[in-house]
Amino acid sequence: MRWSIDGAHDVIRLIAGRLGLGAVTFLVVTLIVFAGTQLLPGDVAQQVLGPSATQATLAALRHTLGLDQAPYVRYLSWLGRLLTGNLGVSLVNGLPNSELIGPRLLHTLLLAGATAVFSVPFALVVGAAAAMLRDSLFDRVVTIVTLCVVSVPEFFLATVLVLIFAVKLGWVPAISYITEFHSVGQLLRSLALPVVSLSCVVVAQMARMTRAAILNVMNSPYIEMAILKGVPRRRIILRHALSNVIGPIANVVALNLAYLVGGVIIVETIFAYPGIAKLTVDAVSTRDMPLLEACAMIFCSAYLLFVLLADLFAIVSNPRLRHPK
Amino acid sequence: MSIEAAGDTAPTRRRLRLSGTAWVGASIVAFWIAMAIGGPWLAPYDRGTLVSDNIFDPIGSQFLLGTDYLGRDMLSRLLAGARTTLGLAGVGTALAILIGAPLGMLAAVIGGWVDMALSRAVDALLSIPTLLFGLVIVAAIGSYIPVLLLAAALAYAPGHFRLARALSMDMNVMDFVEVARARGESTWWIARQEILPNIVMPLLTDIGLRFVFVLLFMSGLSFLGLGVQPPDADWGAMVRENLSGLSYGYAAALVPATALASLTIGINLVIDSLSARTGRNISRGGA
Repeated sequence: MRWSIDGAHDVIRLIAGRLGLGAVTFLVVTLIVFAGTQLLPGDVAQQVLGPSATQATLAALRHTLGLDQAPYVRYLSWLGRLLTGNLGVSLVNGLPNSELIGPRLLHTLLLAGATAVFSVPFALVVGAAAAMLRDSLFDRVVTIVTLCVVSVPEFFLATVLVLIFAVKLGWVPAISYITEFHSVGQLLRSLALPVVSLSCVVVAQMARMTRAAILNVMNSPYIEMAILKGVPRRRIILRHALSNVIGPIANVVALNLAYLVGGVIIVETIFAYPGIAKLTVDAVSTRDMPLLEACAMIFCSAYLLFVLLADLFAIVSNPRLRHPK
Repeated sequence: MSIEAAGDTAPTRRRLRLSGTAWVGASIVAFWIAMAIGGPWLAPYDRGTLVSDNIFDPIGSQFLLGTDYLGRDMLSRLLAGARTTLGLAGVGTALAILIGAPLGMLAAVIGGWVDMALSRAVDALLSIPTLLFGLVIVAAIGSYIPVLLLAAALAYAPGHFRLARALSMDMNVMDFVEVARARGESTWWIARQEILPNIVMPLLTDIGLRFVFVLLFMSGLSFLGLGVQPPDADWGAMVRENLSGLSYGYAAALVPATALASLTIGINLVIDSLSARTGRNISRGGA
């Protein structure tokens, strides 16, 4: 591995390349979302005004909404507004989407943040322990349990958790009441079930990937060399393995945070949690396209950001990626 | 190479133990496939008939798996739902591979701007969480079965595209492909005669995991109330309709959820032991 100025230069070029690629991907995503929400649906004007509208009023509304323009003109003006932070106006109640989304987004960030704070350290410890105690009973139990947990749908886990902790034990409410703030204790109890349901899959997945990442490093020739030299196991892990495993693990964490973006949709629905995912699902039911568009772009941007972060961690940590052929 | 081959006895033990869990997994999967095929003949009642005056009869009452939120027989609905659930996921998976794999192969063989354009489009599709993608499609067109299948196919074709492209790229530099090129064979001929036969098996071994993704995608949409619509019900829709009883302690929603969980666990147990054998790691990537 060479760490010359040349090498650092390569890394910077590679990272710049990934960022550029991310920007291109973002543009294509906007195209897909725009096509899905604006080109596919039938006549929005007809939908707003109802079946009894006359041709003249329909035409007038189409003109006001800009629907009579060419698709690419509409796309460009929509993209321009999006990039300047203008999220549009909800079709259903006429409020600016940013006002509808704002408080919901905070709730979702609270849920996702609490899940991350709880699950990341937990998963890393479990994964690392399983890797160090490879083939022990603990490792086997972790392997099987995490495999089962990553396989099942979130609503199965959530249903079981509700039955145990809300119905049988009565420790926590089955539905999240976080809109009225009473006390920290009450807030934590409301958050408990959604956070645990969401964490289950993320923890299991992250622990599996952490275990695999560590074992991958432990199987590499230089570790074998260290073992043959008689270096103590603890020292091998702390001095030789850990520094090379941080990159892959950062990659694992970022990927799983990206996964949270999707998982949150199911979990918010099951607990009637007033977050942005619930808002998105409601927007689909009422066919409120401008609102759906805004929510979808927020989700996609977050997802894209985490995947990009995961990519960057992978580049910085992998000498073979740092020096591509 | 020789070091691995010489290895100690651990791998052998590991293999035997794993095939035990693989058997468990395979039996679960076989059971549900049998139920999906034979369910309608085994069902004691019609799935839509109100059989009980009580809603949420418990498991093990006069009705084996209890009754649902309207008083319909849970077992009969579960059996009818098995066919819907497995059938939709099966067709969705097949469509995804039929769209994704040929395009991936062509992108690798043709290369140049075709590969570039397809790969960028696929990257963008992969940057949209699949469930969100499904929501956008359903919002735009509606919750019809063909639309759901199309959404699943489009959401999961990128995975097949990437795999097929990577596999074909490896084949593309093989001597026999170079020879075919030098002979002046057409791109189409090379793809069909030289590349396809060599990538079919690895593509097929990947199907199990993809099936689980599509299964979770479909039931996720149904659970949100945006997938299969009444009177049809897959397991995801059945969880949703019985969810209201959950906070009162009625476990009816758990029945279809458990069925779904057992199926996905079963499939993953089989895949896991197969991939342990071939040294590959599974992950929930692309979800």
